[in-house]
Amino acid sequence: MTELTELTIHEAYALLKKGELSSVDLTQAYLDRIDVLDGRLHAYLAVTSDETLEQARRADERRAKGEDDPLLGIPVAYKDVLCTQGVETTCGSKILAGYKPPYTATAIDKMEARGAVMLGKTNMDEFAMGSSTENSGYGVTRNPWDTERVPGGSSGGSAAAVAAQMATAALGSDTGGSIRQPASLCGVVGLKPSYGRVSRYGLVAYASSLDQIGPFSRSVADAAVLLGAIAGHDPQDSTSVDMPVPDYIAALTSDLKGVKVGVPKEYFIEGIDPAVERIVRAAIDQLKELGATVQEVSLPHTDMALPVYYLIAPAEASANLARFDGIRYGPREQGDTLWDTYCQTREAGFGPEVKRRIMLGTYALSAGYYDAYYLKAQKVRTLIKQDFDAAFEDVDVIACPASPTTAFRIGEKVDDPLQMYLSDVFTLALNLAGNCGISVPCGFDDDNLPVGLQLVGPAFGEERILRAAHAYEQATEWHKRVPVLSG
Amino acid sequence: MTQYEPVIGLEVHAEMLTESKMFCACPVVDSTEAPPNTTVCPVCTAQPGVLPVINRQAVEYGIKVGLALNCTINEFNQFARKSYFYPDLPKGYQISQYEHPLASNGWLDIDVDDETRRIGITRAHLEEDTGKNIHMGSSSLVDLNRAGVPLLEIVSEPDMRSVEEVEAYARKLRAILVYLGVNHGDMSKGVLRFEANISVRPTGSDEMNTRTEIKNLNSIRSLVRASQYEIARQIKLVESGGQVIQQTMGFNEESGKTTVQRSKEYADDYRYFPEPDLPPLNIDRAWVAAIEKTLPELPDAKRERFIDELGLSVQDAGVLVADKATAEYFEAALKADVDAKTVANWVTGELFRLMNAAGVEIEQVKVTPEALVDLIKLVEAETINNNTAKEVLEAMFETGHSAGEIVKEQGLAQISDSSALEAIIEQVLEANPEPVEKYLGGKEGLFGWLVGQVMKETRGQANATVVNQIMRERLEGMRKA
Repeated sequence: MTELTELTIHEAYALLKKGELSSVDLTQAYLDRIDVLDGRLHAYLAVTSDETLEQARRADERRAKGEDDPLLGIPVAYKDVLCTQGVETTCGSKILAGYKPPYTATAIDKMEARGAVMLGKTNMDEFAMGSSTENSGYGVTRNPWDTERVPGGSSGGSAAAVAAQMATAALGSDTGGSIRQPASLCGVVGLKPSYGRVSRYGLVAYASSLDQIGPFSRSVADAAVLLGAIAGHDPQDSTSVDMPVPDYIAALTSDLKGVKVGVPKEYFIEGIDPAVERIVRAAIDQLKELGATVQEVSLPHTDMALPVYYLIAPAEASANLARFDGIRYGPREQGDTLWDTYCQTREAGFGPEVKRRIMLGTYALSAGYYDAYYLKAQKVRTLIKQDFDAAFEDVDVIACPASPTTAFRIGEKVDDPLQMYLSDVFTLALNLAGNCGISVPCGFDDDNLPVGLQLVGPAFGEERILRAAHAYEQATEWHKRVPVLSG
Repeated sequence: MTQYEPVIGLEVHAEMLTESKMFCACPVVDSTEAPPNTTVCPVCTAQPGVLPVINRQAVEYGIKVGLALNCTINEFNQFARKSYFYPDLPKGYQISQYEHPLASNGWLDIDVDDETRRIGITRAHLEEDTGKNIHMGSSSLVDLNRAGVPLLEIVSEPDMRSVEEVEAYARKLRAILVYLGVNHGDMSKGVLRFEANISVRPTGSDEMNTRTEIKNLNSIRSLVRASQYEIARQIKLVESGGQVIQQTMGFNEESGKTTVQRSKEYADDYRYFPEPDLPPLNIDRAWVAAIEKTLPELPDAKRERFIDELGLSVQDAGVLVADKATAEYFEAALKADVDAKTVANWVTGELFRLMNAAGVEIEQVKVTPEALVDLIKLVEAETINNNTAKEVLEAMFETGHSAGEIVKEQGLAQISDSSALEAIIEQVLEANPEPVEKYLGGKEGLFGWLVGQVMKETRGQANATVVNQIMRERLEGMRKA
């Protein structure tokens, strides 16, 4: 029998349903593995052990009473940007050290209603700002495939936990690639839903018009189950869309007959790792073998996505992060005056990348600069969205890399923010357009580092990308590879 | 020497007294009385990760005010973030409206010195109130009960040219908000706050000079005092060759002076941008039309009706409609079959006199409209005369007893019975032979004195008409005899 921690949601569900496995045993296996491995990987900021086992016991009781749900009793991890009532939620920032929210995020409420068991809170770049998890205020997470390398970011902890079998699945958040890029770098499935598909209530905001919560998993089918659990309208989030949630599992097929796949010519650019290009192109050929037709498409404003993102996201962040003032929660550095208290609290509480983005955003919104920066960026954002709209008139899904490189070395890009920002060059346009995207494992480079194939759909086209990703996954073995780790 | 006139525009912040706050489900309470931080939730305390949801009732209230102020209700509404740091502002930004307000381009007519002036309304937009900082010695505490209470900011054009106009505008606007039921108008509770933008210029000129802005005026009295002071200050400054600088001022209630809070070069940059947590709000025309149908009769319309249909004087009608509760009191009295002018006289005369003397508002008056009508009926039935009625009203005002009870208790009923009065008149004539003699000798003026003696004997309760008649008959009879 395989190790319990290797099971996907669907595999574990089959055993749980048959009564051959209890949630308590499954959960304990994960807690034991976390105990062994996480000292080295540091995917978790907090493991809620006692409460976790209590939840597992309750799940077993529910199942014993006849409840049946694929998520009932499944141990999962949550990115620390999601509020959990009574459980410390720091967003990877010192400024929220010790903060225990008085409420739980809607997405987690929904997971708990379905019976998922919380293992703990995962590490992340501070306030989801970063692509390597090195910006965490609590230390870096290591990539399970090579512990000298980053897991990607900002949801690096969630990606690493799933890859290292320290959770069956996890939730993360994606503002410019923070699910898909670490999924790619850690060799797991990562899905960013369309903007408005999942409630943001309880997701600590980085850039409100771009943030979405999404799943990490070890199979596409698992991602489909997780998305089905967390998607849907929430009266507490006015930007969540009131559309029925489809049966995502029912959308999964093994072939891709009649599916039109577009390959954007602007996504195979200079600077892309040749191994990544080769592996992704091979994956696209595989889609063809599965029955899809492949054609080139153009997204002409692609090169503007990064500058547009780095105006809009920091602008929104500069306001979103204003509430961290040491007045109502979080540590306070008491100054002589109110202003000193603000400055010292924020000076001590925020890391350099967060400060950089607050300054960028404050500048972009300042009187006299607003039109030239923020407003202009919003106009170009519309053009980027129109690019996708036009492309999706011709094709059903767009295929491209999720990241221009495989996992890079810890420390390699920390002193070069621009180089770091380029890690998200293939992912952030989707957030600007509100589209959905998934990264699915599609190969390994010569250093045995995973590569992700990104499949992009139009807004609320999750069924299409899940179908394409699932068919690809079923035809390949990449997702079955696991990193070799020992305590 | 040059004469100067002020140019004044007002910004009025009116709390919308909805059931819940602007963006969360917390109740709107009297923030001067509720224990601190008892009506708060994750949203209005700005916990990380929370999101705002627009309160439909607040939008409805805002639309009501916009319509009452003859504004266009804009179909496309957008909320915006106004960023600044202060402990009473939990998110570090206030959700307000900036480029796309709820209502714009309206007007309000005011009456000053028997002249009607039309004051333009630039816009009215929805936003959220802040909490309150409470300073205690070297430390400060924050109460967030008020944080998130819906506010409507009503901005006028700089159309006012005197402090009298400012006061009339403020009072009229307050009355309209109370009529609409969106604000109770009690400024001691902080539900209505004013900011005045003031500049001065030579009378008759149409130039717009540098203005100052006086913030945080919490009563109409402060608004008037601060405006008076600031106008005089600016005129004096200009006359002495100085220049007004664009500044934000505060008003010191004790000294009665305005003081500089900050100059333009230190002005906040609020970094407004569209609130990404709230999609644009499209206001359905049919909804506006439905709201329009529910608008109550407003002061101007009511005044016209009082004049045209009830025959009240312009003066009485104006006084009665200026306050919603007074108008309601008056109209409640009219439900009985009673002369409207008589009721108006009693309310604006005796009742107001008693209220002023006691320093109470009409809501606290113990004399119900029905009780006032009963009093008027007693006068009409000649059970009591007018002077006695005033005494009875005073007793009613103090005790809350009915007119009938008081008349009975104090034996104040008017004596109209001829036989009873004849006996008293007989006594008076017998007791005063000399004046009677003189009257009969031609001193006609003594008639009134003799009647007065009868009134004295009856403690004013005698029916004067009846006394006059009998007295004259008796004296004429004596003359003949």
